[in-house]
Amino acid sequence: MAEQVALVVNGTAHTVEVEPRRLLVELLRDDLGLTGTHVGCDTSQCGACTVLVDGQAMKSCTMLAVQADGSSVATIEGLATDGQLHPLQNAFWENHGLQCGYCTPGMIMTAVDLLAQTPDPSDEQIRAGLEGNYCRCTGYHNIVAAIRAAAPELRAAATAGDGAASGATSAASDNAASGGEGR
Amino acid sequence: MVVDTLGTRLKRTEDARFITGTGTYLDDVRLPGMLEAAVLRSPYAHARIRAIDTSKAQAMPGVVAVFTGQDFKDLPALPCAWPAGGANGPIKNNLDTPRILALDDVKWTGEGVACVVAETRAQAMDALEAIEVDWEPLPAVVDTEGATQDGAPQLHENAPHNICFEWAVGDKEGTEAAISAAEVVVRQRIVNQRLIPNPMDVRGAIGRYESGTDEYTVWLTSQTPHIMRLLMAAFVLGVPENHIRVISPDIGGAFGTKIYLYPEWLLVAVVSKRLGGKPVKFIESRRENYQATTHGRDHVSYLEIASGRDGVVTGLKVKTYANLGGRLSTIGPGVPTTLYGRVLGGPYKFPNIYCEVVGVYTNTVFVDAYRGAGRPEATYLLERAMDLLADELGMDPAELRRRNFLAPDAFPYRNPSGLMRSWNGAEIAIDSGDYEPALDKALAAVGYADLAAAKQEAAARGKYLGLGLSTYIEVCGVAPSKWIGAVGEGWGAAMWESANIKVHLTGKVVVTTGSQTQGQGHETTYAQIVAHELGVPVEDVIVQHSDTQGTPFGYGSYGSRTAAVGGTAAVKAAEKIRAKARRLAAHLLEASPDDIEVEADRYFVRGSPDTAKTIQELAFAADLGFDLPEGMEPFFDETAYFDTPNCTWPFGTHVAVVEVDQETGQVDLVRYLAVDDVGKKINPMIVDGQLHGGIAQGVGQALWEGAVYDE
Repeated sequence: MAEQVALVVNGTAHTVEVEPRRLLVELLRDDLGLTGTHVGCDTSQCGACTVLVDGQAMKSCTMLAVQADGSSVATIEGLATDGQLHPLQNAFWENHGLQCGYCTPGMIMTAVDLLAQTPDPSDEQIRAGLEGNYCRCTGYHNIVAAIRAAAPELRAAATAGDGAASGATSAASDNAASGGEGR
Repeated sequence: MVVDTLGTRLKRTEDARFITGTGTYLDDVRLPGMLEAAVLRSPYAHARIRAIDTSKAQAMPGVVAVFTGQDFKDLPALPCAWPAGGANGPIKNNLDTPRILALDDVKWTGEGVACVVAETRAQAMDALEAIEVDWEPLPAVVDTEGATQDGAPQLHENAPHNICFEWAVGDKEGTEAAISAAEVVVRQRIVNQRLIPNPMDVRGAIGRYESGTDEYTVWLTSQTPHIMRLLMAAFVLGVPENHIRVISPDIGGAFGTKIYLYPEWLLVAVVSKRLGGKPVKFIESRRENYQATTHGRDHVSYLEIASGRDGVVTGLKVKTYANLGGRLSTIGPGVPTTLYGRVLGGPYKFPNIYCEVVGVYTNTVFVDAYRGAGRPEATYLLERAMDLLADELGMDPAELRRRNFLAPDAFPYRNPSGLMRSWNGAEIAIDSGDYEPALDKALAAVGYADLAAAKQEAAARGKYLGLGLSTYIEVCGVAPSKWIGAVGEGWGAAMWESANIKVHLTGKVVVTTGSQTQGQGHETTYAQIVAHELGVPVEDVIVQHSDTQGTPFGYGSYGSRTAAVGGTAAVKAAEKIRAKARRLAAHLLEASPDDIEVEADRYFVRGSPDTAKTIQELAFAADLGFDLPEGMEPFFDETAYFDTPNCTWPFGTHVAVVEVDQETGQVDLVRYLAVDDVGKKINPMIVDGQLHGGIAQGVGQALWEGAVYDE
């Protein structure tokens, strides 16, 4: 009893046959081989599986694959453009915002959405925005520092109207339209 | 000029893959034809298995095979590698360890009883629900202290009163006499609650048997790939050690839980063989991580601390009940004994210490090392004792600590709880320390002198302000093999570490190590060390690890030991490379090796720095072998095995400033300040990160975390 799901992932259109119970994270990891999105808790608490669905941060372990039909999904693998790391990727690297790296893709994807909604966040706003993402290694201090550090560059890029730097968010919105047409 | 990065905040090499989603964690490993295994776990804390019917499960879609404990009854139970040991030799341990799958009974909720192997994970999990187990539930006990009382349900025939071992250290009579004679004695029962370590990446394993070579390849979320191979081969499977290859992929945090040999590690290997060599993966859910992966801490202790009115402590007596779970994990008994009782003196000069530990079985998952393992439990008990004593004396708690600190000239110091005693002459001692300046620095930074004013100010806002203080020592860089193996500590292995360095023809350097990284950044720090030692650019050094094929044997990463022991092995290997390079340079420059000077990457005859050979030129010459000194082997390839002569003894003071809302009891951590003696920093950024993470987990235990089994 397979269902067909048509979606755009990191700018590429896919049509995948899935069981109705298949989770979006399983589609990404097992059907498309995009293993950068991790499963941490199975219960939508830890946020390791966070991806952008039509530009919004979503926990892909708690979304059925069929619910993503017609959507545009952005994962960590699609965040760098033309070999250039996204400012958040650079900021996590520069600020030691990761240790084991397991939560990192979810943290970064959440932060993309967070900074799109709140381009100049206070530390409190960053911490509130990360409430759904767990890290067991860093104590969060350097994750907050990394997001704070990336914010000005993303603001500058947004002001300049340069879609490249704000990356996945705008790309995801564009793709949402094309994904919608593809249904 | 090559930039020396040792001691700098170099960005981490491994991050390039982690920030792009291209790391390879266990569940990211995909092999052709791979099957998925799921484990049926006991819903009862204590029960007998009367019968298991797997027929319905076997008929489910996609199911390849179903196994129960009966299928593996010819294989022995898993080993306990660290039974408690007495100061004068072995003591009686009533050992009971898990099997690959439980055979006749289960001792905790979550113990594995059957396994389904199917084409997909979903199919395997569906089939678990079709397995019918005829259970006979038995009375259970989960309380650490209560399990030893008369009438408590018994778990094991070989362990009356659920006691695995009774262990003691120190001078009982002397301590009791000191307490009897003391002007002040404080007694307190304290609990160090049970914790779930909770790495973000759960446990997993993949087994693949190759019949052509009769070899097993096993991917494990393991901090100790070489030890896993040894234990699997020699203690359970009975196959030659060199017929197993263990690979640890990227590990998403461990905090101790990934040191041990788990039933599922063997399950995937054995099942792969029984299924003709098809690769079999097991990956646990978060629920299984709570139910079937080791927990930490869980001590109930009774302490008595005695002093004069002047606050000088004369004796400390402790009795601790340590919960070990329903069956023993690999090193469970070693944690509350050697790693706890023997460091109870902390940074203090206590003339008398006596500590008894009762290792207890309960119907809970196994307890083993977690984040510091034994030492945080000791520090917690000791610092609570000091605060209670200060309160009793009406003395400033910082002043009480000052009065009891070991003086800077007290070293080397051998404490009375017998950390350093041994019957074979092996001895270690706290090598150095200067505790008061760390305390002073922390107190000055936090404004301790103005505490009364701060309390008043907080009270005006409806808050109680309090300041918590901890002065500690840690035992890191474990450990001299001669001591750990021979002192009667029961540990059945050595503790040295290894490194190999190869400088290839192009001057590029490959470092391999027997240690393993779970987020600590070893690929960066080892490279910084070796680049510094050889004078090469750090980007020319890559570090390979975590695969028993291609790395020298090592005991793995835990016990705060990798930089101190493994890092020193890397230094020693580099020294060997430099010695050979010096001999080769002497040959090529027609001089005596004694006349060769080395400056970073340059080797030259003393007084003639302009005609130097670089390490890269020498590696090129060594690799080609066209013109080597008589008897010199080609290629720069050196291995060092470093057995440390002593542990390292970092110390410091941590201060927490908290506010408690007078009406709601809400606790706010207002400030946290740490002064730590970390030794020479290889990468200060990584040091900071390790401290942040450790403090966060400590705050977690203090304020929020705990694992509770209901009755």
